[in-house]
Amino acid sequence: MRPLVRTLVVLFALAGAGAAVPAMHPSVAVTIAAQQKPDRPQPTDEFVPIDELPAQEQLPAAPMVVAAYSFIWIAFIVYCLSLVKRVKKVEADLAALEKGRR
Amino acid sequence: MRKYTTYLLGLALLIFATAPAVIYLAPYESTMGLVQKIFYYHVPGALLMLALAMIGGVASAIFLFTGNPRADRWGLAAVEQVVLFGAMTLVTGPLWARKAWGVWWEWEPRLTSTLLGWMVCIAYLLLRRFGGPGSDKLAAGLALFGLANAPFIYISVNYWRTMHPKTTVLGSLVPPMAGPIWFGMVGFVLLSIVLFALRVQLEEQRARVEALYLAADES
Repeated sequence: MRPLVRTLVVLFALAGAGAAVPAMHPSVAVTIAAQQKPDRPQPTDEFVPIDELPAQEQLPAAPMVVAAYSFIWIAFIVYCLSLVKRVKKVEADLAALEKGRR
Repeated sequence: MRKYTTYLLGLALLIFATAPAVIYLAPYESTMGLVQKIFYYHVPGALLMLALAMIGGVASAIFLFTGNPRADRWGLAAVEQVVLFGAMTLVTGPLWARKAWGVWWEWEPRLTSTLLGWMVCIAYLLLRRFGGPGSDKLAAGLALFGLANAPFIYISVNYWRTMHPKTTVLGSLVPPMAGPIWFGMVGFVLLSIVLFALRVQLEEQRARVEALYLAADES
């Protein structure tokens, strides 16, 4: 009987603690969370508009143009190489077969 | 085969020599500036993708209804190039969009249907490669979806409100911008014709190899 009573007491105590957490004041909950994870950035309360991005944050166009141009030629070269490789293989097969026929 | 390879090399060198002139001599666009110059190779790639998707679809339809092996070779060669030019379009477009629109990708009709058409062609090639016997007919059926999608890709910007420039842009270009784009277009088209002819010739030689293997097995 005694273990049963002890288990019930523990369960009630746990349930009471669980119910107490949502009832806690939000500022207390935030303080506890901030103490547990000190590395997390602070939540943003508002967005502050600016007219222009700082120079170091503006995206430069030249790398985009160069990357696009480079990709075109890489794609062409890779396709041509793949085509030449396939042509050579078929020509070798054809030559071997025609040699075998003779 | 060597004759075509020489043409290919000559054209590639011509376009290599032309491209820097296109980039530096064409005027800047007023709102987008330098990044708009991606237009000079994004548009030829995209238009060739659409044209080849239609050629591939028509050739596949002919193959499905007549069984003509030459039509099948044309279909395969065209679809393979759709994947090539589609990759160029789908890579250069987001590079342009990132600077001009502030995002790499937008799920709007033009971009989404282009990606869909490109994936249909990838599925076609995968089916041809791993589908086993009869996959040529199945793949030809798939190419018909590519054919149906191509006009939709083209007109989508005119019917839906999107961030993508409309098709009227090409016709409204001032001569200093129109010259480089059409010169580049001619280069891309000639290179595509040479690659197409090479690819069809490769399939013809493969068919000869298969015929010789069959003849060797029978004898």
